[in-house]
Amino acid sequence: MDKGKIHEVISESIIPARDKDKRPVLECSHLGITFGGLVAVDDFNLTVGATEIAGLIGPNGAGKTTVFNLLTKVYQPTHGTILLDGQDTRGMSTMQVNKAGIARTFQNIRLFDKLTVEENVKIGLHNQIKCSTVSSILRLPSYWKTEKEAHEKALELLSIFDMQDMADYKAGSLPYGAQRRLEIVRALATNPKLLLLDEPAAGMNPSETAELMENIRKIRDTFQIAILLIEHDMNLVMGICEGIAVLNFGRIIAKGSPEEIQANPTVIEAYLGKKKED
Amino acid sequence: MKGKKTLSKTSKNNFITMGGLLLVYVIVLILKEGGITTNLINGQLVPICAYMIMAISLNLTVGILGELSLGHAGFMSVGAFGGVLVGTLMQEVSDSKILCLLVAVIAGGVLAALAGFLIGIPVLRLRGDYLAIVTLAFGQIIKSIVNILYVGLDADGLHVGFIEKPEILEEGKMIINGAMGATGIRKLSTFTFAFIVLMLCLIVIYNLIQSRTGRAIMALRDNRIAAESVGINVTKYKLLVFAISAAMAGMAGTVFAYNYSTVAPTKFDFNTSILVLVFVVLGGLGSMRGSLIAAALLTLLPELLREFSDYRMLVYAIVLILVMLGTNNPKIRDFFAKIVGKIKSVFVRKKTAKEENANG
Repeated sequence: MDKGKIHEVISESIIPARDKDKRPVLECSHLGITFGGLVAVDDFNLTVGATEIAGLIGPNGAGKTTVFNLLTKVYQPTHGTILLDGQDTRGMSTMQVNKAGIARTFQNIRLFDKLTVEENVKIGLHNQIKCSTVSSILRLPSYWKTEKEAHEKALELLSIFDMQDMADYKAGSLPYGAQRRLEIVRALATNPKLLLLDEPAAGMNPSETAELMENIRKIRDTFQIAILLIEHDMNLVMGICEGIAVLNFGRIIAKGSPEEIQANPTVIEAYLGKKKED
Repeated sequence: MKGKKTLSKTSKNNFITMGGLLLVYVIVLILKEGGITTNLINGQLVPICAYMIMAISLNLTVGILGELSLGHAGFMSVGAFGGVLVGTLMQEVSDSKILCLLVAVIAGGVLAALAGFLIGIPVLRLRGDYLAIVTLAFGQIIKSIVNILYVGLDADGLHVGFIEKPEILEEGKMIINGAMGATGIRKLSTFTFAFIVLMLCLIVIYNLIQSRTGRAIMALRDNRIAAESVGINVTKYKLLVFAISAAMAGMAGTVFAYNYSTVAPTKFDFNTSILVLVFVVLGGLGSMRGSLIAAALLTLLPELLREFSDYRMLVYAIVLILVMLGTNNPKIRDFFAKIVGKIKSVFVRKKTAKEENANG
C-alpha cells in the first residue's frame, strides 16, 4: 500500500508497457493432467505478466477450474512445469504454493462460515503476522502486539471493499455479493504475487459487476499484482482483461487481446457451434 | 473499535465460565468442610474434575478441530498408568506428597501427548468415519497392552514383563499388575489439586482458541481446502491439537488414578470414551461451558440414581434422551431464553438506576 507506487501507476498511460522490464509472474509450459483415461487439461501454455490482468474463458466443462486447481496444486499436474516468479513449483503443496505467492478464490464460495468476517481476514494473514502457540497460550507481550497488528491490518484490507463495518458479522450470514468480496479480501491478505479469481461476478447484477470491474483494477494498481480470472460475463472479461486465453476441451484454442478474441472464428465456433454449410 | 468489542465479548463469556467454575469450587469446598455433603458426593469430586478435563480436551478435538475421536479414554489410560508409575518411582526419592503428585501429573501429560502425537501421524491421512474407527482401535489397543503389562519395583530396580509376571524380591511391590491394573496407589489427589489442573486446562484452551493458532484450527474445521489455500499447515495444526488434547486427557487420567487405591485398565475402555463424547455433544460442540456442566451433571446423575438400583442405567438413558429432545425443542429453548432475558433486564435496570443515582 505504498502511495508512491499508486502515483507511478496512474502516471503511466499504457499499462502493459510496465510489464516489459519485469519478468512474468507465471509461466506455464506444456501443463497437463489426466484422470485415468480422461485428458482434462493438455499442453497448456500461458504466461502472465507481473501486473497483468488476464482472463481465462471457455465453454462449461472446458477445464478452466482444473487449471486453477493445477496452479494451486489441489491437483498435481501429470505433465509440464509451472514457474512462479521464476521459481519451479514442482512438488509443492497447496500451502507452499500460497506461501510462494498464489492466492485464489473459489467458484463455489469457501469461507470459514462460523467465524467472523474479521477472523476470516486474520486467517488470511496467518503467514504474514506470526505469533507462536506458546506465547499465545501464555499471553506474552508478543501476543498482544501481533493481535493488535492483525486487527488493524484486517480492517485496512476490509476497507478496500468498504466492508470494515461488517467485521463482526459471521461470514456465513453475509449476503452473497459480500461473501464473494470477502473471499477476495482473504486472498489478498496472504500477500500474493498472483491472484486467481474463479468467476468473481457469478450471481452479480450489472451494477455490482461494474463495481467489481472497477475494484479489480483498483486492486491491481494498489497491490501491483497480477490477476488471472475465469469469468463467463463477457462484458467484464472484455472490459478489464489485457490478455485472454480461450480453453476448449482442455486445450487452448486462442490467445490474444480482447479485440482479437472477439474476432477469432475458432472462438466463435467453440461458443456458438459451426455454421451449417449450405 | 468494533473488533475490540467482539474480543471482549468472547473474553467476557470466558471469564463468566471461569468465574462460575471458581464460585462452584468455593461453595462445594465450604459445604465439604462444613460436613454438609455426603461421603458419596465427596468421593465424586475428584472424578468429576477429571471428567471435566476429559470433556473440554475432547471438545478441543471434536468441537474446535472438527475431527471425531472415539479413543479419548486411551489417552486417559496412558496418563493414569504412566503417571502412577512415575509417581511411585518419585516416592522413592522424595517424601513430599505434592511434589510426587505434580511430577506424576506432568509425566502423565507428557506420555499421553507423546501417544497423541504418535497416533496423530497415521491418522492425519484419514478423515471422518475412518478417523473415528482408527481412534477407536487405538483406545482398545492401549487397554489390551495395559492388560498384559506388569511392572514391579524392588531393591534391584524396575522389572517389566509382558504377559508373564516378572519375578521380584519379597520386599518389592508390583506397580502395574496386569489385568488388575495399578495397585497400592497412595491417595494423593485432592479436590483442590484436581480443580487447579482443571482451571489451568480451561485457561490454556481458551487462550489457544483466541489466538492465531486457534483461528487456524477453526479454519481447518470450517473449510479445509480454503484453509490450505491461504497457507495453513494442516499437518502441523492437526498434530498440535491431537497432542494438546491427549496431554490434558493424560493429566486427567493421573489425577483420576490418584483418587483410588486401585485402578483397573477396564476403567478406561470404549464406554468411557463414549461417555466423554456424550458430555461434549450434550454440552454443545465447541462450547467449553456446556462440556463442563454436562460432565458434572452426568457424572453425578448415576450416583444420585442409585435408589433406582437395577433400573439405574435405564433412568439414566431416559434422562439423556429427554435432555437432548428438550434442548432441541424450539419452544423449550424460547422459554429458557425468555427467563434469561428477564433476569438480564432486571440486572440492567438495577445498573442503570445505580448509575443514574451516582450521576444525580
